[in-house]
Amino acid sequence: MTNSTAHRKQSTSALPGFNLAMGVTIFSLSIIVLLPIACLLLNVLELSWQEFWRLVTADRALAAYKLTFGASLVAALANALFGALLAWVLVRYEFPGRRFIDALVDFPFALPTAVAGLTLAHLFADQGWLGQFLSPLGIKGAFTPLGVVIALTFVGLPFAVRTLQPILETIDTDVEEASASLGAGRMRTFWSVILPTLVPTMLTGFALAFARAIGEYGSIVFISGNMPFKTEIAPFLIVTRLEEYDYLGAVAIATVLLFFSLILLAAINWLEGWASRFHS
Amino acid sequence: MAAKASTHFGKTHAASTRAVEDPAWVRFILIGLALSFAAVFLLLPLVNVLVQAFSKGLKPFWAALIEPDTLAAIRLTLAAAAIAVPVNLIFGVAASWAIAKFEFRGKSFLITLIDLPFSISPVVSGLMFVLLFGSKGLFGPILESHDIRIIFALPGIVLATIFVTFPFIARELIPIMQAQGVEQEQAALTLGASGWQTFWHVTLPSVKWGLLYGVILCNARAMGEFGAVSVVSGNIAGLTDTIPLRVEKLYNEYNGQAAFAVASLLALLALATLALKTALEMKIEHDYKQALKTPPPGDEKPGGT
Repeated sequence: MTNSTAHRKQSTSALPGFNLAMGVTIFSLSIIVLLPIACLLLNVLELSWQEFWRLVTADRALAAYKLTFGASLVAALANALFGALLAWVLVRYEFPGRRFIDALVDFPFALPTAVAGLTLAHLFADQGWLGQFLSPLGIKGAFTPLGVVIALTFVGLPFAVRTLQPILETIDTDVEEASASLGAGRMRTFWSVILPTLVPTMLTGFALAFARAIGEYGSIVFISGNMPFKTEIAPFLIVTRLEEYDYLGAVAIATVLLFFSLILLAAINWLEGWASRFHS
Repeated sequence: MAAKASTHFGKTHAASTRAVEDPAWVRFILIGLALSFAAVFLLLPLVNVLVQAFSKGLKPFWAALIEPDTLAAIRLTLAAAAIAVPVNLIFGVAASWAIAKFEFRGKSFLITLIDLPFSISPVVSGLMFVLLFGSKGLFGPILESHDIRIIFALPGIVLATIFVTFPFIARELIPIMQAQGVEQEQAALTLGASGWQTFWHVTLPSVKWGLLYGVILCNARAMGEFGAVSVVSGNIAGLTDTIPLRVEKLYNEYNGQAAFAVASLLALLALATLALKTALEMKIEHDYKQALKTPPPGDEKPGGT
């Protein structure tokens, strides 16, 4: 194996087209991705530190971050939990409709967020299929922070399930057998043998769902009602500032979101590395 | 002897499966919980779109679709995707060729940069293009003096769409190209094929399913993008409304049935994407295993080429 990798590495340079391919890659990356990001940062530099701080810590902005991060956290936790349950059931058990549900897990990923928001808002509205049963119980899903959590749980679900599934498939049942033959009950085996091996991957799925939730916009505008201080998320506040032609206000809040996105990206890369080392 | 060993093995296997199997009542509860969750968060949202679209019958459904503003939105969405997807296709193929077939420093950093658009909020992405090309933006004055409109027009929508779908194709292709190795290309080159010939006749056929997979995902996102496009489009009915923006506008006008009718187009696109994706996944998994199984010819005799 080492031999073959060494051989491959040595021979890679023999193929043509590196300069052209690399040139196209760097050029597109610079124009499409790096230039716009640089432009945002350039704009934020126009603000003095005091001004920037005043804009990003305004009461309305703070309320928006609180909702964005709070709802994302709850939704990502729900995804980690129910995602693990779905992944476990899909990998370990046989039941009618298993393949159908398995394919449907990617549905939130394929469905445009605007449609997701539209249909979820309708389902949880007072007259909706679910809302008519939930509203009398005091559970209001539309135009409340709970609605934000519902929309974010929907969009994040595939991340949690799809990261865990391949790991569950490769876990060797030998270890479980050993644990069982040593006298551990099924519950004990699950808590002390199976669960610990899943933790790094569950954390990765959680982080992916959380990162996706923080930036989410399309599905939420339909279900939340976008009321300032109550159900307004940070991305919506950016749009509001932009519509008021308050460019610097939009830029300041966007910078905060971008900053957290980049930190999460780094965390996810690290988690993925940890999870793959854990399983090799 | 062999038969004996295998029956013996079969027995232990059967016995041990029981030890790692969950009791029936546990299975029953877990499946029940998982299915209820899937019903609320996956199945009901899908069924609801289709039912609400036809809630007033076929005629209003059809009327909502052939409305001039909706038709204009459909045309705009198709046009934006028709430009954005090929651009990302060229980039994706170039990036995966460079990353999968060559060794260079900073490779993982480059992959992280390509992944960036996935982690940036669509609204922030849209804002970036407004800051670049809007009337108060970096290039605003130059564009205005040449009477070129990017923001609140098709070019802005296309740029925002390219940005949010940027990583899709590269991400699908890189692992597949890496698994293929470089030996087949080298064989073609030693036999006298040119670089382009090698690419067209050796590399491309071996990654075609993965490529198609990436294109389908990229297209679904391109046609469905909402946040980024909403920021750069300006929401001018009949001119800069894409299908998702049209859905929002109808919803805000309290025209729920029409909103659902237009939304059902996107839901059908999502279903078609899922069906194709599932079919391709089976195909790719098959090819991938095949590629890993057959040892590359170069591995047996290092330096043989």
